[in-house]
Amino acid sequence: MEHTTTLDHTEDVYEPSLTPDSLGKLGMWIFLVGDTMSFGALLAAYAALRAGAGVVGWVPPTEILGINLTAFMTFLLICSSVTMVKALESIQNGNVSRMCMFLGLTIAGGFIFLGLQAYEWYHLIKHGLTLTGIPDHGLSGAAISGSTLFGPTFYAITGFHGMHVTGGVIYLIVILIHGLRGRYTAEFNHEVEIVGLYWHFVDLIWIMVFTFIYLL
Amino acid sequence: MAENGHKEHPKYFKIFWWLLALTIIEVAVAIPEYSIVLKAILLIGLACSKAALVAIYFMHLKFERKTLTAIVLTPFIICVFLVIMLMPDLTSDDRHEGIEKPAEVVNTSAH
Repeated sequence: MEHTTTLDHTEDVYEPSLTPDSLGKLGMWIFLVGDTMSFGALLAAYAALRAGAGVVGWVPPTEILGINLTAFMTFLLICSSVTMVKALESIQNGNVSRMCMFLGLTIAGGFIFLGLQAYEWYHLIKHGLTLTGIPDHGLSGAAISGSTLFGPTFYAITGFHGMHVTGGVIYLIVILIHGLRGRYTAEFNHEVEIVGLYWHFVDLIWIMVFTFIYLL
Repeated sequence: MAENGHKEHPKYFKIFWWLLALTIIEVAVAIPEYSIVLKAILLIGLACSKAALVAIYFMHLKFERKTLTAIVLTPFIICVFLVIMLMPDLTSDDRHEGIEKPAEVVNTSAH
């Protein structure tokens, strides 16, 4: 179709001029850039506090947190990212029911992620990781005083990310309802692409959070 | 026919296997005990390559105009800069001296 509409760049399928569709996409990108700064500031604060506490004054997070569960949560978000791109691919091929199925799977992935995070928080709080304290591991005074900052930074960062996942799930449900009502077609689907950008961003941030908070 | 040009889209499952493999490598790298600096370099490298895969293929950055890539990369560079700028303040010896001094003052006044 583009050979009749585009003037000078017939081969640039992915570089159309700014239209209302691509303006929405640009808007989402600009929001994500701002959001990156929020997460960047939180992670930088975490890194700075940890570096300031020194090696002795900070309990290795692996001693408090479980890696297996969060590695599975990472896997889950990666899976939901794949179902998201599959949903977009389906609607670009004009297959509405397939898109709705993949959107549903993405939403399910988001819900399971949130459930696992709630489960993780519940157990961490039960074992003594709170905003003011850390689980007792027979630590010396210096280690305890530095490590009490681990709780607040941990809950701030994972909580901020969890809120993004919650928002993403609501956003996806809205798009799914629109999809079920037949709003999207092979020609009109940029809204699905935009929710996809947001969802992949949440996945991307979790990759960073998983590395910086859980593994390092 | 090529309205959305999705024929050139990458094989998403190939990216998925890459991401899964990198996650497994990350966990394998993180568990053993060794130099924290080496561990940090390895893990940050792996995390950045995963993030790049998601951004380039899932978020279609590869197929967008180059200006957008420049816009998106800016905050990441600023974030790295932010951490580097914070480090001297928090790791210098002056900081610890500054903390110890008020503690001594409190002790003497209590007696």
